[in-house]
Amino acid sequence: MSCKRKETSVIVSQECLLPGIFSMWLEAGEIAKEAVPGQFISMYTKDKSKLLPRPISLCEIDEGKGLLRVVYRVTGEGTGTEQFSKMVKGDTVDIMGPLGNGFPLEEGKEKRALLIGGGIGVPPMLELAKRLDGEKQLVMGYRDAQFLTKEFEQNGTLYLATEDGSAGTKGNVMDAIRENALAADIIYACGPSPMLRAIKQYAEENQIVCYVSMEERMACGVGACLACVCESKEIDGHSHVHNKRVCKDGSVFLSTEVEI
Amino acid sequence: MDMRVNIAGVELKNPVMTASGTFGSGQEYSEFVDLNRLGAVVTKGVANVPWAGNPTPRITETYGGMMNAIGLQNPGIDVFCKRDIPYLKQFDTKIIVNVCGHAPQEYLEVVERLADEPVDMLEINISCPNVTAGFLAFGQDARNVEELTAQIKKIARQPVIMKLTPNVTDITEIARAAEAGGADALSLINTLTGMQIDVERQTFVLANKTGGLSGPAIKPVAVRMVYQVANAVKVPVIGMGGIATAADALEFILAGATAVSVGTANFYNPYATMEVAEGIEDYMRRHKVERLAELVGIVNTHM
Repeated sequence: MSCKRKETSVIVSQECLLPGIFSMWLEAGEIAKEAVPGQFISMYTKDKSKLLPRPISLCEIDEGKGLLRVVYRVTGEGTGTEQFSKMVKGDTVDIMGPLGNGFPLEEGKEKRALLIGGGIGVPPMLELAKRLDGEKQLVMGYRDAQFLTKEFEQNGTLYLATEDGSAGTKGNVMDAIRENALAADIIYACGPSPMLRAIKQYAEENQIVCYVSMEERMACGVGACLACVCESKEIDGHSHVHNKRVCKDGSVFLSTEVEI
Repeated sequence: MDMRVNIAGVELKNPVMTASGTFGSGQEYSEFVDLNRLGAVVTKGVANVPWAGNPTPRITETYGGMMNAIGLQNPGIDVFCKRDIPYLKQFDTKIIVNVCGHAPQEYLEVVERLADEPVDMLEINISCPNVTAGFLAFGQDARNVEELTAQIKKIARQPVIMKLTPNVTDITEIARAAEAGGADALSLINTLTGMQIDVERQTFVLANKTGGLSGPAIKPVAVRMVYQVANAVKVPVIGMGGIATAADALEFILAGATAVSVGTANFYNPYATMEVAEGIEDYMRRHKVERLAELVGIVNTHM
């Protein structure tokens, strides 16, 4: 069993990558030691009117230095993520983790892999790209402006899709895959539901093993409250219905395991 | 210093329990909490068969609280007996099984099935606001409450706690009805029914439209109701509703609660139960209280 913990973490740096998109490095030695790509942490605001943690995926894990990087979107005025974005180096933030199961690395070893990220589903693909041992085709989709592209270029072959056509293929990640005639033995994906739905369909039609990282509103983050369930094909192990827990059974699922 | 409390003949090592639905059957939180340090674990509601629960979104944050509409997703009593009870038996804590149903027969089936199981008490959830099927009236109607309590008492082998809803005009009327039906203890409050609208999308935030409001925002309502009920019945009262700290728990105890449950706080502080227990101990030391029982309902004598 993984070793989850809640601790007070010191912010090492905070940077605005794009309007509304922030990158934060956190000191979290014990969590960094345990964490794997695709896992997430719960981040807590200091505002007592906002009780619930914000689940945020890990973008980079520096085990050696004991650091975690999160790249997150500010979801609006007065939100918890806006409060995080105003924190500076030296401030502290309570976090809990590592949470979720993460992407399976062994499965992709020495294979042709497609790593697909969309929107705020892009960041978790970076640590995966760094750790995966195989041929890495990185397809990242953005609405308009792009972030993290330099880091991705250093860890595989990068293909971009933008809705406004400002870079790469004009359209979505599936358009980029078709335009570049990309083929793969395994797919890893994180992004909005419509994107995951299209990728699931593509993977199943082409009989490609496909892992998707799902998202749902969470409360506890550890599998107790049953808020963040998604519909599963098989009977789930916890409640013996068709509801897998995104925070505990996932957030990464085989595409064939879940209905999207 | 004696932190033990006695509820219907069951002795708890301390007054701190978990509120049903916020702690699973203990397993998920055992990575954070030493379950041996809790007075009791109150499990998530279990029905006669598995329940799938409501569609998502099932939760939303509110100012100083949250709303949930999980819909009592649970694996049913068979899996629960096979998996969850043996798990909890490894620890030196009392086991209180929360029982839910859509109709009296379903409750009775679960209670009967638990008769020979090594659990310490039953808590009957007649108050979940997220279960419809025309059953909402159950915990809100005094005659129904008395009748169901009496039926359950006839077959239950363990002491029975009736868990009351705050969504009524006069909670003491319901409390008296449960007592008249033979309840060994009462627990309150369950969540307050609420609603949140997403103004941009112009629709309900929760798929279920309504949800149960919990967390610190509801604590004053809960303390008031515990005070009223404790002064209206003779059976012990278990207080809950927004408890996050020892001071919160002590408010309920001083108002008349024999024991307390920590609920929503588990979600944002997984160590909350242990911190509350430790904090109560500190308080007793500071106030030179020998027995916790001396504090129960003490506000009545300090007026």
